[in-house]
Amino acid sequence: MAELLLVEAVNDALHIEMERDGTVMVIGEDVGRLGGVFRATAGLHERFGADRCVDTPLAEAGILGAAVGLCMAGWRPVCEMQYDAFSYPALDQLINHVGRYRWRTRGKMSFPLVIRMPYGGGVRAPELHDDSPETYYVHTPGVKVAIPSNPADAKGLLAAAIRDPDPVVIFEPKLHYRTGKAEVPQGEHVVPLGEARVAREGTDVTLVAYGAMVPLAERAADALDAEASIEIVDLRTLKPLDEDALLASAAKTGRVVVIQEAPRTCGFAAEVAAVLAEKAIYDLQGPVLRVTGYDVPYPYWQIEDAYMPSVERVVDAVRRLLAA
Amino acid sequence: MSKVLPAEGGLRRVIGDGHELPDGEVDLTPEQHLDLYRDLVLLRTYDERSVVYHRQGRIGTYAIFWNHEAMQAGSAFALEERDWIFPSYRESAIGLLRGLPASTVLSWWRGHPAGWWNPEKWGVASICVPIATHVPHAVGFAWGSRLKGDDRVAIAYFGDGATSEGAFHEGATFAGVFNAPAILFCNNNQWAISTPVSAQTAAATLADKAIGYGMPGVRVDGGDVLAVYEATREAVARARGGDGPTFIEAVTYRAAPHATADDPSIYIDEERVEEERENECVGRYERYLKRFDLLTDAQVEEIRAEGLELMRAGIAEAEAEPPADPGLVFEHAFADPPASFRDDLAELRRILGG
Repeated sequence: MAELLLVEAVNDALHIEMERDGTVMVIGEDVGRLGGVFRATAGLHERFGADRCVDTPLAEAGILGAAVGLCMAGWRPVCEMQYDAFSYPALDQLINHVGRYRWRTRGKMSFPLVIRMPYGGGVRAPELHDDSPETYYVHTPGVKVAIPSNPADAKGLLAAAIRDPDPVVIFEPKLHYRTGKAEVPQGEHVVPLGEARVAREGTDVTLVAYGAMVPLAERAADALDAEASIEIVDLRTLKPLDEDALLASAAKTGRVVVIQEAPRTCGFAAEVAAVLAEKAIYDLQGPVLRVTGYDVPYPYWQIEDAYMPSVERVVDAVRRLLAA
Repeated sequence: MSKVLPAEGGLRRVIGDGHELPDGEVDLTPEQHLDLYRDLVLLRTYDERSVVYHRQGRIGTYAIFWNHEAMQAGSAFALEERDWIFPSYRESAIGLLRGLPASTVLSWWRGHPAGWWNPEKWGVASICVPIATHVPHAVGFAWGSRLKGDDRVAIAYFGDGATSEGAFHEGATFAGVFNAPAILFCNNNQWAISTPVSAQTAAATLADKAIGYGMPGVRVDGGDVLAVYEATREAVARARGGDGPTFIEAVTYRAAPHATADDPSIYIDEERVEEERENECVGRYERYLKRFDLLTDAQVEEIRAEGLELMRAGIAEAEAEPPADPGLVFEHAFADPPASFRDDLAELRRILGG
């Protein structure tokens, strides 16, 4: 085990996977000489050279479109989108091609590309450096989506994504890139896609969360310690969703609050609530509640805390549910 | 280091008119000339028969490429088998030049899964329906091949309207920056459905755009199969020699509707169309070859008959495909499909009673 920051765990995974497989390459804006604006790719340029850790022009659709062609030429490109909202121009390629090309070839060709990006708010940044765009990606057929909440999963999910034969998008909670070190297995470490994790065992209420909302859920559970036994399910992979883990926890506690930083309408929490409504309704003792961002543009950072799901809002939801 | 090169202004031409305009020459053997003519006729036959099949209700909406055959056949003739072609829907049948069965392409236009081929088998990427988004694919493929030490070249085909798209700009930018062995082949037929090229850009020519990407821009008569061949051959040599990408603007005039669903009489200049139809590309090459005694009437008949037979067999084969199983809805989206697909399929089969 090593004690690593989340961003260091990402970097570790990239080093190990590029060492392990000579067809893995990293492309993106400022990923080479600079090592990425968050230093997630630091050292790769020196270790693997300019052909395998490539500084690209500032063109996100170009990065992702070129990655499709790189796959056809036998590469496994790992594309960095510098920030969450900077990835929107690349949605053109994602929707039109990345999620469809395997299908177009009737399964004859694989497109083992990875898109990784820092996401989410709470970092006092200018506009469009704070978004949580996971729903756009989850909604796109042919694409898998994972969001780690801690350093070990950041390493393991990225490794799984790089080895996966299909396109995988990894959202890294930039708020927690450097908030604390945690134990990370050394050497090769793979967290399989599609397996959720029970981050905390409890019996009264389940908090379903992913990414930056998991540490928040943990703080809320601490705050509720005297009132209720809280279980936390860290989804880790949004697509494919680990329904078994979700349903098992719902059956156990009978009460579920889903937390998501993205705007509410049609966000991933709605999908979780729908799955529970379809498959767990008789296990539930109350409505599935959502604690989410609001249906507004991500606000000015001086008041961003009012937008972000907070310990207080989660505690309030849990209390409402227990009182129902 | 960037290489800023001036774009060439005039259109390159090889084929004369048999009167005032003299003929040029290219370095092809008589056999190669015949092969190229066969390619042209094959594409022409595919296109003309497809319009008929559409009218007969045997294929769906179809993007006509009548009089674009010289651009497609001439450029493809300059490639090696190992080079990759990235077609738009206008080049849907270009794979025929590499032996892709006509039934496959017809099946594509019939919306049958048999129409979706394996790009690796033919060196022909899937038909790109959105405009220009395959340009970065071709560039990424070319760049990736170079990084692997392969000397494969990629060519992407797109229309004049595509040069307005961001994907074209980003793809061309990447091609220049990474010195990709790619050819960006623009078939400028001067119309994007009803939008004339004058509404696409204020640039004097589309080839002028190449300067901005640090690559040569070449203008060629798109109805002259030999001029297209020659320009592409040069671009292939540059690409394979490590000198990077080339933008080719092949200029013609769209002499047929955009697609079977289009009514160009609302917007197009019919006189200009008539002029173009009289000077269409297959006839131009045919007359050229006859001037040089490289083609006989008997050969013309034989080659046309070959094309027709290939199409007759192709449509029969496409129509003989068994109906696609609805289970295919869930196939191929993922290497390892999620469990939910299994449940969805089971439910669908129960409801369909299958």
